[in-house]
Amino acid sequence: MSIEKLTALEIAAKIKNKEISATEVAKHMVSQAVKTKEETGAYITVTEDVAIEQAKAVDEKIANGADLGPLAGVPFAIKDNICTKDILTTCGSKMLYNFEPPYDAFVTKRLADSGCVLIGKTNMDEFAMGSSNETSYFGEVKNPHNHDCVPGGSSGGSAAAVAANGAYFTLGSDTGGSIRLPASFCGVTGIKPTYGMVSRFGLVAFASSLDQIGPIAKDAADCAAVMNIISAYDNMDSTCLDIERPDYMKSLENNIKGLKIAVPKEYFNGADEDVKTAINASLKQLEEMGAIVEEVSLPVTDYALAAYYIISSAEASSNLARYDGVKYGYRAENFDNLSDMYFKTRCEGFGDEVKRRIMLGTYALSSGYYDAYYKKAQQVRSLIKDAFTNIFAKYDVIASPVYPTVAFKRGEKTSDPVKMYTGDICTVSANIAGIPGISVPCGFGKDNMPIGLQLMANAFKEDVLLKTAFAYQQVTDFHKGI
Amino acid sequence: MKITEKEVEYVAKLARLYVSDEEKEKLTKDMSAIIEFADTLSKIDTDGVAPAAHAIPVQNVFREDVVKDSYKRDDILKNAPEKEAGCFSVPKVVE
Repeated sequence: MSIEKLTALEIAAKIKNKEISATEVAKHMVSQAVKTKEETGAYITVTEDVAIEQAKAVDEKIANGADLGPLAGVPFAIKDNICTKDILTTCGSKMLYNFEPPYDAFVTKRLADSGCVLIGKTNMDEFAMGSSNETSYFGEVKNPHNHDCVPGGSSGGSAAAVAANGAYFTLGSDTGGSIRLPASFCGVTGIKPTYGMVSRFGLVAFASSLDQIGPIAKDAADCAAVMNIISAYDNMDSTCLDIERPDYMKSLENNIKGLKIAVPKEYFNGADEDVKTAINASLKQLEEMGAIVEEVSLPVTDYALAAYYIISSAEASSNLARYDGVKYGYRAENFDNLSDMYFKTRCEGFGDEVKRRIMLGTYALSSGYYDAYYKKAQQVRSLIKDAFTNIFAKYDVIASPVYPTVAFKRGEKTSDPVKMYTGDICTVSANIAGIPGISVPCGFGKDNMPIGLQLMANAFKEDVLLKTAFAYQQVTDFHKGI
Repeated sequence: MKITEKEVEYVAKLARLYVSDEEKEKLTKDMSAIIEFADTLSKIDTDGVAPAAHAIPVQNVFREDVVKDSYKRDDILKNAPEKEAGCFSVPKVVE
């Protein structure tokens, strides 16, 4: 078996046992990343020099008998909206086409300190706005399972890189499904943690009350290993929670007897037959493993999408006001005065989808419409939160599809923003309520494209999600990949 | 609710974006469709419901007020589109 097909924990064990050096692995995976970049566009930057340097340092430490963490020497990649010191961080936008951050994000530093080896920065929808990875200034990303299909967005490059064996794991960010959706479309495992579990310091802000960083990997065990590294308190993010975090690796027991799973029927409205069939089969499998599965109703789901697009666009319009061509990034070449410089810089630097969301958010926050849209959406947010609290008083986990269909064709939905937005029906609620959600490969549908099962749990219950996904992956092969 | 081209012009100005006639037409159509979709919110009764700004309530997080090293000026200026004498340089603001 070629080493790129191993999981992160498997290659880490080989490096630790000195079967192979971290440098050899890094060299091989850099060439895999270059190949993945050429074939699918999953990478914006491949960081060969950094990778070799970091890998050599790991080899030296191992030679000196140091016990580095469980993922030491493992090559990985980071979504291009997460800051890497002196390494291009573009957010998939012309606006940041030349931006080299002067600092590392909290998660970047944590992974480097754990001996993980950075091999590149992954492509994404511009400023993480999109469900198909078709809005990047650096070109769209293709689904490794079928190049005619989208990989999902916005962390499309992060999911495609793992699926194509172009990285052992990656980091993504999830504002309304941006980790779970591409994980589902590409047949890999991705978890969005509880809001506040992972520091957002160094994550370029899209919608600050919804954004959360999380891992995309080949299976739940790898996700748990990455979570153990990145989930920690950080005083540089005032929303990062100063609470005890469990050892996620220890939560991986192969036993879900008595686990109570709620299946909200609203999440199946509009889902394709192939998706329903795969999800139902996976629920049956979980039942056979001892879980108790019951149908429930979450009627407030019907309002989640509208609330999500108002809240996220409003926050985006505010966050993206900082791009004015003064301190970093793109500045228009020709302008008459300061005001003209702002207008031209923003007009030329942002793509169509980003402009549309800034416009929508500015409208929703403007005088006369604030109560009807923004305040109303915040109230609906309270109702959604309450609805989840009620479900989790009786159940451990909520199960649903991640997306109503398998990966759609590239170009299929680009002309109709509402059609593109409504697909996010199953994923946005977790961000609105701040709860964790995981996408677990659970079958193949139309044209043999992967399907993801979404599991959500109450806040801080990532361990329950990882345990359930882990147990499921002990008896299924859907996550085994290309 | 339908959005007018005039509203699009006004919002674009607030957002510091120039829009061409062609873009204006498209944005008017797209934003109307999205706002009509968002209007489903008006159907749900939220009387007396408190708005939630954050899902996980966190309040007044303070750090100790101690002097620490910050970033070096040259590092911060590294990405400036234009700089002069250790400052970000912009076109003249006051004539």
